[in-house]
Amino acid sequence: MANKMSMLPAPNLSPKELGKYELRISDCRLQILGSARVSRVIFGVPPKNSLSAIKFFMSEITTTAPPPTIEIPSREKLTKKAITADHPTWCPGCGDFAVLASFYKVLEKRQLDHEKIVTLAGIGCSSRFPYFVNGHGAHYIHGRAVPLASGISLARPDLHVFLFGGDGDGFSIGGNHLDHGARKNINMTYFIMDNFVYGLTKKQTSPTSPIGFKSKTDPQGAIDQPVNPMKKLIAGGATFIARTHATQVKHMMEMIERAFDHQGFSVIECLSECVEFFPDVFDPADPKKGGSFEVIQEKKWDNTPEDELRHDVTDELAAYKLAQLPFPGVFGVFYQSDRPTKNALEKKWIDNTREKTGGASDLELLQKTFDRMK
Amino acid sequence: MPENTSTPVLPETDAANGAPTGAPARADLRPENIQDAVIRLAGNSQDGIQTAGAFLARLAGRSDHDVMTYMTIPATISGGPSIFQVRIGSGEVLSAGDEADFLVAFYQHSYQDHIDFLREGGVLLYDSDNVEPNLDDKRFVYVGVPITGLTVEALGGTAKDKGKNIFVLGLISKIFNLDAEKLKKLITEKFAGKDESIVNTALMAFQAGYAYPVGKVLTHHYQFEKIERTGGRAQITMDGNQALAYGLIAAGVRYGAGYPITPWSSVMETLRRELPKYGGIFVQAEDELGAVSLALGFSYSGYLAVTGSAGPGISLKAEAVGWASMAEIPLIVCNIQRGGPSTGLPTNVEQSDLHQAIYGSHGDSPRVVLAAASVEDCFYIAIEAARIARKYSTPVFILSDTSLATRIEAFDEPDLSKLMVDPKPDLTPREGGFKPYDLERITQHIPPGTRILDGKYPLIGGLEHDEMGHPTGSPKLHMAMTAKRRNKLRKLAEEIPVPEVYGDQEGDTLLVGWGSTYGPIHDAVKMGREHGEQMGALHLRHVHPLPNGLEKIFAKYKRIVTVEMNDQGVYGFGQLATILRARYCEPKIQSVTKTDGLTFRVKEILQGVFPGKFVSVRGYSPNRPVSGNGEQDVDVARAESIAQGVG
Repeated sequence: MANKMSMLPAPNLSPKELGKYELRISDCRLQILGSARVSRVIFGVPPKNSLSAIKFFMSEITTTAPPPTIEIPSREKLTKKAITADHPTWCPGCGDFAVLASFYKVLEKRQLDHEKIVTLAGIGCSSRFPYFVNGHGAHYIHGRAVPLASGISLARPDLHVFLFGGDGDGFSIGGNHLDHGARKNINMTYFIMDNFVYGLTKKQTSPTSPIGFKSKTDPQGAIDQPVNPMKKLIAGGATFIARTHATQVKHMMEMIERAFDHQGFSVIECLSECVEFFPDVFDPADPKKGGSFEVIQEKKWDNTPEDELRHDVTDELAAYKLAQLPFPGVFGVFYQSDRPTKNALEKKWIDNTREKTGGASDLELLQKTFDRMK
Repeated sequence: MPENTSTPVLPETDAANGAPTGAPARADLRPENIQDAVIRLAGNSQDGIQTAGAFLARLAGRSDHDVMTYMTIPATISGGPSIFQVRIGSGEVLSAGDEADFLVAFYQHSYQDHIDFLREGGVLLYDSDNVEPNLDDKRFVYVGVPITGLTVEALGGTAKDKGKNIFVLGLISKIFNLDAEKLKKLITEKFAGKDESIVNTALMAFQAGYAYPVGKVLTHHYQFEKIERTGGRAQITMDGNQALAYGLIAAGVRYGAGYPITPWSSVMETLRRELPKYGGIFVQAEDELGAVSLALGFSYSGYLAVTGSAGPGISLKAEAVGWASMAEIPLIVCNIQRGGPSTGLPTNVEQSDLHQAIYGSHGDSPRVVLAAASVEDCFYIAIEAARIARKYSTPVFILSDTSLATRIEAFDEPDLSKLMVDPKPDLTPREGGFKPYDLERITQHIPPGTRILDGKYPLIGGLEHDEMGHPTGSPKLHMAMTAKRRNKLRKLAEEIPVPEVYGDQEGDTLLVGWGSTYGPIHDAVKMGREHGEQMGALHLRHVHPLPNGLEKIFAKYKRIVTVEMNDQGVYGFGQLATILRARYCEPKIQSVTKTDGLTFRVKEILQGVFPGKFVSVRGYSPNRPVSGNGEQDVDVARAESIAQGVG
């Protein structure tokens, strides 16, 4: 049973891997040294006197059964090395390298539990991302990674769900899922590397390709109105919407951290250049290439006259107006709201329902249902 | 409303207080003992005949009778002709019955459309306010009751014919000497929680029907033979979709996602309502692709999950199911089959998705396919599907269909204390060197949150991969991984029990079926053997992989005939027959198929299996001697068209 301790979901009954097992039950702390084996855990109110409490719990511990052979090492610091996996398959100079580097840096900075980091993606160049992160993860099918991530997020609130993808995956084949993930406000951090082109399949028009872009599927130049990602996300109901640029690492990291800290469906659109099939397209927003990277000035609510001109991130219409600006537009947080997540609303329903059942076991609940069908 | 709103008093107190199945002395009707009765209620869908029929089914279940129901619902949103058929038996009830002993016709069209389903000597109970039967046809017993008028009279007002269903329920319970007290309790339970006046109105309607002096037109009442049950367990009554949903809960499935479609919707409705009690979530997704992806997210996270649909939705899920096969993620996919292709026959029954279930994704993407044989089996097959999905870390299809989904059966209450499965994911830390796709063994998915002690974490993906999950284009590895995924099914085949043959253990003909045809096929064997045919039946719950050892059974018969509700296809064989022929290279495997969107009648099976025989049999009725009367009163052309299905 000792090696199954980590299965127990109760927050005050979890193992702390300190080179030995530690069993903590409310205010009574009991350390099991060496190869002790917990055969049974009694849930209930322990005796008040701490010595008798230890005796109380000791009575439930036997040392006869063989101990688990796995030695749980203490947790090491999460380093870049620990979270680096395969070398990326991206072309040299691809904007996605900077995104990966920024993601490593955020993980290092936040020191999340390694096993609780989950990176997910659909299909595309940028969707190879999970292969380059050493952590639990999945490389799913084209366009459907949002609902996959939604399932993980809803069932496992203990995990940190990061989703990566491109413009084709997110705005074209997965466009409907993006809208509904946003509407339902499912808690996750979704990073979209937008390069305005299909790169993995070698230069076809993408949903964000500008009119006139010549590709293999639009040899005369693209004629379809491109998707405006900010407008789509605002209309969809995403509760954290930001825009950044792969050459602006500091800004990118700030956006990742703010998106991560936000409770809800957080999306970052990052202009990430495809050097192979659509080079230089984002130069107008890169100061090093003569462009200007204009950052949204957010309201500080300091009652100054300057503040009047600053952007209120909770104002949907103001966000929509920012999204109307001609390319390359502005960067930063367009919109943020604290609308309750589906995660929280489902949990509330579960908690209310469980309360009504009076803590009945699963067996008792189903038996009761069957009794009504007799 | 009449002033007297208190619960009406039964006019015949002896019946009210009598033993449940005892025969009270009644002067008006002579008792006739019967073992089995098929009652067909025909009206419009808004008349609540399903409600009335469900009361009868539940009463039969409570009285330890075996019961099976059959219903058709129109595909229109509201209204349209509709039937509900209840077969109640003292013995084992396997099919809903080819012919009705008792037909209740609410309207002229109900009478016209269904009189041919009434057996000779059967009783037509009709609403004389709406129906004018041909009384010159002397084959039937006519009982006209002004149902509409009497219901309005009893309830007062003109409540738009509401309550006719319960009035008829009262009439039927009088005629069949059913336990009125139990029925009234069921009615009270059903409407409990609603306005008290609704309960009272329903009870008044019932009372009015029960008190109608039916003895003026009917000379005897029927009495089901008393049943002494030997088993200890009580019976529970539910439909197939409920059984499936509760089976999933017992199997430890706590998460799922779906998109509404007939006839799957009621499974997701039940799970959406019930799962929060168990700490789980069922999500109504934006579409079928989202639904299967959410379910895979749940499964990936460590909680085996379910998605489901009917054929059109399963088509949309196909790519993701292939991913589950490739990534080796457990998943349960329910397909409540309906008539296809495309939108097809949304409210009819068909078994035409077998090949889709087995092969319905691109590439070689092995998955397990199980098929429920009955309502009761819907419960147990869910538990088995979950066990297989977890053990082999693979997608498992459960095939059900419209007839199982909507029909109500009574069955022995499952022993939940032995069946409940703990849903919690295993997050035990794993030692170093962990390989998510170890070629040497059957691997199980490791959910996120699990520490891998050497710090090398598994990446799960749809690209062909090496043992660590890294993408590879190696021809050798693709062959090895394809074999790994396929060999899981071969391993499973070894542990599946070989099904028992019903009827003759060797001889002329072996009928082979899968899914909801279980009952009619068994009744066909019963009837065929009574006519001197040497035949048996084999029913496959595990359709893919097939259990090992079937060839030994097949060797004992001259002919193997599958009975399937799908098309004979270009090469002349039903979908199961095609697979069996490919598997066993056995030319004696043939099939009887049909695609009329209705469940098999017993005589249809016999006529199809034995071309030219059984044409004079009007239908399978347990109340009648089975010998034909020499008159060919069935649609011979129809029988021949079915017989053509024999390849």
